[in-house]
Amino acid sequence: MTSSIAQFLKKNKARLLDTWTQKQLASDTLRDDLMTNDELRLQSDELVNLLVKTVNDDNINQIESSSFDELFELLSGISMSRARQGFSPRETGLYIFSLKEAIFELLQQELSSDPVLLFQTVLKFNRLLDSFGVVTFETFIKGREEVIFRQTEEISDISTPVIQVWDGILALPIIGTLDSARTQVVMESLLQKIVDTGSSIAILDISGVPAVDSLVAQHLIKTVSATRLMGADCIISGIRPEIAQTVVHLGIDLSNIITKASLASALKHAFSMNKLTVKRVESEKKVL
Amino acid sequence: MDKIPILRMGPFLLVTIQVDLYDRLALNLETDLVNMVHKTGARGVLIDISAVSIVDSFMGRILGNIASMTRVLDAETVVVGMQPAVAITLIELGLSLSGVYTALDVERGMALLQTKLGSDDELIDDDADNPE
Repeated sequence: MTSSIAQFLKKNKARLLDTWTQKQLASDTLRDDLMTNDELRLQSDELVNLLVKTVNDDNINQIESSSFDELFELLSGISMSRARQGFSPRETGLYIFSLKEAIFELLQQELSSDPVLLFQTVLKFNRLLDSFGVVTFETFIKGREEVIFRQTEEISDISTPVIQVWDGILALPIIGTLDSARTQVVMESLLQKIVDTGSSIAILDISGVPAVDSLVAQHLIKTVSATRLMGADCIISGIRPEIAQTVVHLGIDLSNIITKASLASALKHAFSMNKLTVKRVESEKKVL
Repeated sequence: MDKIPILRMGPFLLVTIQVDLYDRLALNLETDLVNMVHKTGARGVLIDISAVSIVDSFMGRILGNIASMTRVLDAETVVVGMQPAVAITLIELGLSLSGVYTALDVERGMALLQTKLGSDDELIDDDADNPE
């Protein structure tokens, strides 16, 4: 019975798939809200097919061998897509471990006459499927991390919108702490927008910045200098009294930068720089 | 060898840098420009770097030098059309080019020079970027 494992798998492929699918469907961790049963069947089918194709007596003891690469790749794919679909780690883990149960069940039926061989074979499969579980878990976590990373990026993009408030005037409300990475994003999007819109004035509103320390101030000064190099003027607005106090206490020199207390006064200043006036329209029926 | 052309436009000189500057070229430009300012008695120099995508600290210094030199010869320098990436690089290098006027494009740079030149006497003006 040397090539038993490959033979066994080949012979029992259909049964294995059936047993496994039944196990999954019977399991209380089945999530038919996230994945249809057909999809699940298809996925399992693919995995079992590859498993049957790959595993034989020679390599079942060498999990690191390159012959498993394709299989691990498929597993990673499944696990990654499950992570994105919102499966819990438990559900994803049990998906693989239920395959183990199915195999054991079939092995038991097949080899009931030879307990020693049964035990040895079970041991081999156990090791293999455990490593499947580990791979699944690793990629699951990686998938989740990717989701988190993407969300973090999106948040940082969304939280620094560059708004054109008037023809030639941009406003950039900064919400949250300004760190180096953030400054880079702010600077890039602001400068690009200056080029795109041909705006000559940018208002940097820091009313949403919780605290200004020397590092944040340095980042602000950097941004202002960069806009100046582009040929635009930069006004910093939304300076709260406590920020004014810290800035002075820290000895940060903002005297070369136009600073305003509120966005409104910054806008007013921008208007006057662009030689614009805003007037209240006299009512039609003013005097009777 | 490459040479960056310096065009005369009334009282101003116009330099459009269309290639990435290497050190030798930048040095030559500096010399040519100073000579030209001296020869023509230009009152303003406009340098368009909108086609420049790479700068280093040397190039940044050259720009600063040109501005200082022309100032000595009573001409203002305006650098226009800097790309965002270039601006970020210069800032990260710690070169804020103070003393150099900047504008978004050639048109606005010309307007800036004209106001600088035309209103020497009435400098109360609208250009708040005038650091004095």
